[in-house]
Amino acid sequence: MSIFDILFYLFAAAIVLSAAFVSLSRNIVHAAFSLLFTFLGIAGVYVLLSADFIAVSQILIYVGGILVLIVFGVMLTNRVTNIDIRAAIRSRIPAFIICAGLLALLIAFITQAHWIRYDEEPWKKTPWGKNAVEQVTKPLQGSVREVIDQQGSQGTAAEIGKLLMSDYMLPFELLSIVLLVALIGAAMIARQEAVQKKRPLSPSLPTEVSQ
Amino acid sequence: MVIEALIKIAIVLFVVLTGVSYTVLVERWVCAWVQDRIGPNRVGPLGLFQPLADVLKLLLKEDIEPLMAQKWFHWVAPVISIAVAFSVLAIVPFGHVLMLGNHAIPLTIASGINIGVLYIVALTSLGVYGITLAGWSSGSKYSLLGGLRSSAQMISYELTLGLGLLSVIMLSGSLDLNTIINSQAQGLWNVVRAPLGFLLFFVSSFAETNRQPFDLPEAEPELVGGYHTEYSSMKFALFFLAEYANIITASAVMTVLFFGGWHLPFVDQLGLSSLAMTIIGVLAFALKVIGLLFVFIWVRWTVPRFRYDQLMNLGWKVLLPLGILNIILTAFEKIYLIA
Repeated sequence: MSIFDILFYLFAAAIVLSAAFVSLSRNIVHAAFSLLFTFLGIAGVYVLLSADFIAVSQILIYVGGILVLIVFGVMLTNRVTNIDIRAAIRSRIPAFIICAGLLALLIAFITQAHWIRYDEEPWKKTPWGKNAVEQVTKPLQGSVREVIDQQGSQGTAAEIGKLLMSDYMLPFELLSIVLLVALIGAAMIARQEAVQKKRPLSPSLPTEVSQ
Repeated sequence: MVIEALIKIAIVLFVVLTGVSYTVLVERWVCAWVQDRIGPNRVGPLGLFQPLADVLKLLLKEDIEPLMAQKWFHWVAPVISIAVAFSVLAIVPFGHVLMLGNHAIPLTIASGINIGVLYIVALTSLGVYGITLAGWSSGSKYSLLGGLRSSAQMISYELTLGLGLLSVIMLSGSLDLNTIINSQAQGLWNVVRAPLGFLLFFVSSFAETNRQPFDLPEAEPELVGGYHTEYSSMKFALFFLAEYANIITASAVMTVLFFGGWHLPFVDQLGLSSLAMTIIGVLAFALKVIGLLFVFIWVRWTVPRFRYDQLMNLGWKVLLPLGILNIILTAFEKIYLIA
């Protein structure tokens, strides 16, 4: 076993064990903190796959953003450590069916997906858009391993940036609109209370405005 | 390669740990000076052995674990804090390449990381866990409130920190710390090219390191000791260590991003040998870090603490719009002034 294998199994074990703890723990705070190790393990696997940008984004977004908010919410909930979060028995069968379906779908995807190997030449026929790949990878020839041997890993950030600004422009912009809508929605929810509080103080105000 | 990295790790750890203990001493001196007192001067000449006495005292204290504490989390929280504080140092270039014969040693622990800036941002966002966990696992109201405050504060100021960083990334066109330093060595330092970005980064560093005027997580009059109220002995010392290590890390990162790292202007025209250049570079880096450390301490003892709502207002209503303005200004600068 090479160092790569050892590290991979270490990360994989961390992911599986902590994920199991997330779903099996009855203490919701413990579960939330266990999720931290799941996310970190996944970031580690990304690093092993030389997807440096995605690995850091994983930590930045999931660990540094989403999970902090989850932990924050869990801790703000009153007397949360005493809540028994075991699911009711009657919801076990539907849960089992959904999970089995998801597992089958995932296995189908994993076995049928085309995984690029070191000895392939992915720049010749690609599932991605044509223009950007031609632009970005024009000088590349030979298999993945040969290219890496020749020029070393340059990191993926620049390539991802170029692809986002060319072939994936539309999805990228759509996503930013989705995020903007979410932001506006959050601001609206936060404002609601202030508007309702003011109303009883000046009941005549709306009619005055309408006149 | 491995031995080289281990030696570099040992040196950096030694320097930073010594740096931490002497930063504490300098902080006490500066504090005394600001308050017109004499400060620690009894232990050894000029009080120089004070840090040793402090460490011994902390080590010999009894380690008290509160009855209501969640044992494992209570133990792991300071470890997370200190680990995060030190791991950022892995990519900070503290000097140029050191040439030993024909063998070039880059003066960074982990050299060749292309996404250094993102690594810094990602790791600083982990620091919040140590504090939150400490607050929650202590089983005390004061600790919990301190932990919650720090979560809210760190989430709010991470945004500004990132927006301040963006101007550096835009000007240098790279996420690699060495490229950023080189681009500053060829032109002006980023503190001149992006003053607004520096201001944003500087202010949010104070919030991220929980220093005055933003040390609300441990505001003594309201929250006793904040998140580490229930900590004693070496576990408390670890939090203390993490706080000062964070300040050193923040100063080092600021030096690299805004003050040209190991670069000093006009030195390359003197025609010195490469070894002398490297040594001057390391010294310049150390000097800049020490200068920024002094600013951190100076601010702590001269600026009063913000109120919690003022802190949130400043973060979301002043710094965030300024951050967006900063991106637009930097874009104009990049297009019309530099290119």
